[in-house]
Parts: sequence; C-alpha cells; structure tokens
Amino acid sequence: MSRTPDWAGLRGDFPILDQRVHGQPLIYFDNAASSQKPRAVIDALRHYYEHDNANVHRGIHELSNRATTAFEAGRERVARFLNAGSADEIVFTRGTTESINLVAAAWGGAHIKAGDRILLTEMEHHSNLVPWQMLAQRTGAELRFVPVTGDEGLLDLARLDELLTPQVKLFAFTHISNSLGTINPVAELCARARARGVTTLVDAAQSAGHMPVDVRALGCDFLAFSSHKICGPTGLGVLWGRPAALDAMPPYQGGGEMILSVDYQKSSYKQPPHRFEAGTPDISGVIALHTALDYLDAIGREAIFRHDQELAQYTYQRLAELPNVRLFGPATDRAGLVSFLLGDVHAHDVVTVADQRGVALRGGHHCNQPLMKRLGVASTARASFYFYNTRAEVDRFIEVVREIQKFFAV
Amino acid sequence: MAEDLDELYQQVILDHCKTPRNFRALPGASRRGEGYNPLCGDNYTVFVAMDGDRVREATFQGSGCCISKASASLLTDAVKGRTKEEVKALFGQVHDIITTGRVTGDGLGKLAVFAGVHKFPARVKCAILAWHALVAAVDGAETPVTTE
Repeated sequence: MSRTPDWAGLRGDFPILDQRVHGQPLIYFDNAASSQKPRAVIDALRHYYEHDNANVHRGIHELSNRATTAFEAGRERVARFLNAGSADEIVFTRGTTESINLVAAAWGGAHIKAGDRILLTEMEHHSNLVPWQMLAQRTGAELRFVPVTGDEGLLDLARLDELLTPQVKLFAFTHISNSLGTINPVAELCARARARGVTTLVDAAQSAGHMPVDVRALGCDFLAFSSHKICGPTGLGVLWGRPAALDAMPPYQGGGEMILSVDYQKSSYKQPPHRFEAGTPDISGVIALHTALDYLDAIGREAIFRHDQELAQYTYQRLAELPNVRLFGPATDRAGLVSFLLGDVHAHDVVTVADQRGVALRGGHHCNQPLMKRLGVASTARASFYFYNTRAEVDRFIEVVREIQKFFAV
Repeated sequence: MAEDLDELYQQVILDHCKTPRNFRALPGASRRGEGYNPLCGDNYTVFVAMDGDRVREATFQGSGCCISKASASLLTDAVKGRTKEEVKALFGQVHDIITTGRVTGDGLGKLAVFAGVHKFPARVKCAILAWHALVAAVDGAETPVTTE
C-alpha cells in the first residue's frame, strides 16, 4: 500500500488516549499487555446490546437470527484475517492462553504419550509453557527448549535440528517475544519441523494485528491470538487449526452448543469448530472483533508494522545513547517494543516514577520467569507501541527516563 | 519531581535503598523468615538472633525494588532490643502507616518515612514484605510469606 495512513487522525479514534494521568498527558506504552479500543469497536458492542442481543444457534426468533448471523460473520472475518481456508478452521476461545490450553488438552491428550517430547523455546510466555508442563506431567512426556542467545534475544537455530529428534511430537513457539521484541522466522521453523513430521503451534499474541499473519504462508498447524491486544474486546481469543488437526481432536469442554445429540449415558459431538465451543460464546466480543479487524485492515498491517518498528528502533537508539542502560532483544529487525533496565534501579521503581509522569510502562517478569532467570535479571521495564503512538511521545519518554536516572543517581 | 514521588521516595528511603544497613547473613541467627513476591521478584531473608524473648540482632539479604529494600533495611535497625510482643506492636503501627498514611501510637521514629506509600497502592506490598518475613521469623514460621 503506497498511501501513508493519517496516524494523527487515527489517534483521534481512541477516546481513552485523550486524558491526563497524574496531571500529565497520558502516554500509553503498554500495548503488548493490552491495546486500546477505537470508538468503532466500542460502538459495535453498544450497538449489539442495544439492538441485536440474543443467544446464538438455538433461537428461532429474529434477534437470535441476527445475533447468529453476526457471530458467524465474525468467524468468516477472522478466517480472512488469517488467510485461512475456511471459517470452520476458526475456534473462538477466551484468549491466547485458552487456545493453547485447548490444544494441550484435546490434541495433546490424544497424541502425546510417555517418552514423547514437546519442543518449546526459552523465550515462551508462561501461557505457552505451563499448559505443556501440565500435559507432560499428565502423560509422562518431556519438555525440551531451543536456547536463547543472551541479551540480544535470538533463538539459537543452529541447535534446532539436533533438538528435533524422532521423539518430538510438537514444536510450540512464539512469533514475537513479548519481553525481547524478537521476531522469530516462523515459516522456516515450521518447515524444519514439518520435514520431521512434527506438529507446530504458533503463539501469535504479539504478532496478529501488528503485522501480516497468513497461516498458509507460515505453514503451521495451530495458531493462537487474543482479541484485546489488537483493538478488540477482552476475554476473547482465537485458535486457528489445520482442518485435519482439528478433525482428529476430541472435545475440549462439554456442554451446550458443542453437541449433536445427548442421552443420559453418552453424547455425540458437532464437527469443528463448534465441537470446541461449549456454552454460550462471547457473541458481542466476536462482533466487535470483526469491527476491529476491519479497522486494522483499513489501515494496513504492513503499515502498522513499519510504524511500530520505526518507533521501537528510535526508542532503542535513544536509550542506547544514555549511560548505564541495559537493552534486551535484537538491535535491529525488532518488533514494536523495547525492554530495558536503568543501572541497578528495579523495574518497578522505573515504572512508578514514569507513571507519575503520565507514562504507562510495564515492569516485571512479563510472564517470562524462566527467561528472566536465564538473562540473570529479576525483571525489566518495557515500552511497547501501537500505531497511535508517536515520536513526540518517545521523546517525552526519553526525558522521563533521564529524570529517573537523575532521581536514582544512575 | 512530583510531590507525591518525593513522599514515596523520601531521602531516607533513597539512602537505605542505595546503602542498605545490616545487609548480610547472620551466622548463629536463631530464626529466619523468607519473604517472596513472585510477581515483582522481590525476595528477602530476614535473620533474627534472639536473647530469650528479645531481638538481639537482625539482618537481611536479598534483592528487590527500592521501597522493599529500604523497608527491610530500616526494619533491621528498628527491631533491635525489642521483645517479640513489641516487634508485633511495631508491625501493627508500620502496617497502619503503610496502608493508610496514619501514625498510630508513638515510637515509629524513622519508619514514619513510609507515610507516603499508601498513595501508591501497587507499592504497599513492597513496603510491607520484609515486615511479614520478620514476624514469620520471630514466630518461628517455616513457610515463606508473600504480600501479593
């Protein structure tokens, strides 16, 4: 797309950004934790509840028909967003975490046995680690990890082929590291895994909505992401699965919506994706996510990626010019976030002072405790961007960082 | 800096965070308490040597943010020579000032610098962590404590 988006105009679509925090203009740099919502998405929620609210798939009446049509249109929209083959490949969940738990429980329960190996990486979010630990404990399988090279935060891919032993049944890894900003070469990783007959799962929580994500080009078997990180409502996520993989999976949870017929002793189940969606789904969430995806694609995900990457690169350079700053993640080709430490100042002290200046950062282990131990730190501070952030905000953030350094004498 | 920040990071706190007192293991300690806040990563061990019912010596080790470290440092200075009951009474006063900013009773001394913490709800758990570890130590509890 050659047209440059009107970034300032887009920022005006986000009512929440127009406020002061502790007397200072809000600078929201915690987008990797959760993004803000444009008015169009908030309006979609309101419109649904004011006009169309009813349960889906079971009503004969008009409102239920409307809700069902809009809900399933959301599924079609997500399929297009991922370039999936069909809407039947899209399962709605509560978030990336539940999507991964679903695969661990349903696929893992059917395919993983004692002695099998599950390959992960050292940079996984707890949500792509703990479900596999639970599966391994349940089945007697073992976990193995692709190492991270150090502060620069790259996967040591020279080790991958030796780690992809015949015992490995699944390789699950993140597209973008939420604490390092590393962008992993997903298509290459999937190709190398597929050559060994290994099933792949991609955690796209930080990449979907931040760059083009095409499941057919990536060549994975499962992919998970969350609505709330890409302008959609909280409490909603997506699991994409290759049709053959979904078809071979038993149900995840039992209940209404996922059954064909029920007797007192046994039941039969629907085909995917409904087999995996027990109970009333997040109807309003899916409808609003549809609006969010329309909104993002009107801007263009390539343009969003370039915008965020440029801000992150600029932030990285400005921080690198300051004394006593430790930076994490790759120096170039990074995603739209920067993790750092200022001398020996604890990340929470950095975040508290920044907050008093109106700058919302994240400080902590970012749900990456093993990675933090691997890097020899308790926590880091993180600035993470989206398309409504500006260079002027980064300049102000750097001023605040200098104040923090002065305050704590580092 | 904003006034609230100066209240939170008082000079005494910055001083104790930069140069913590009694920051060492205590050989021959009769009691020790562990305080760990996994979300923050704040992790302290408080060592206590008792003479009967009275604290003869208190030290600490560990790592964490400025507020938690300064609190542990000031605590070790404050409890020396106090009986177990006096330590618990002091804990009550410290708890009050950290959570409400209100001074109850007297004898807080330097610990009054924590009056600004209550305006930062996310940091209350930092300031109180070492105190819970201390109380666990004088009570002889063996389970690590957390304030998250």
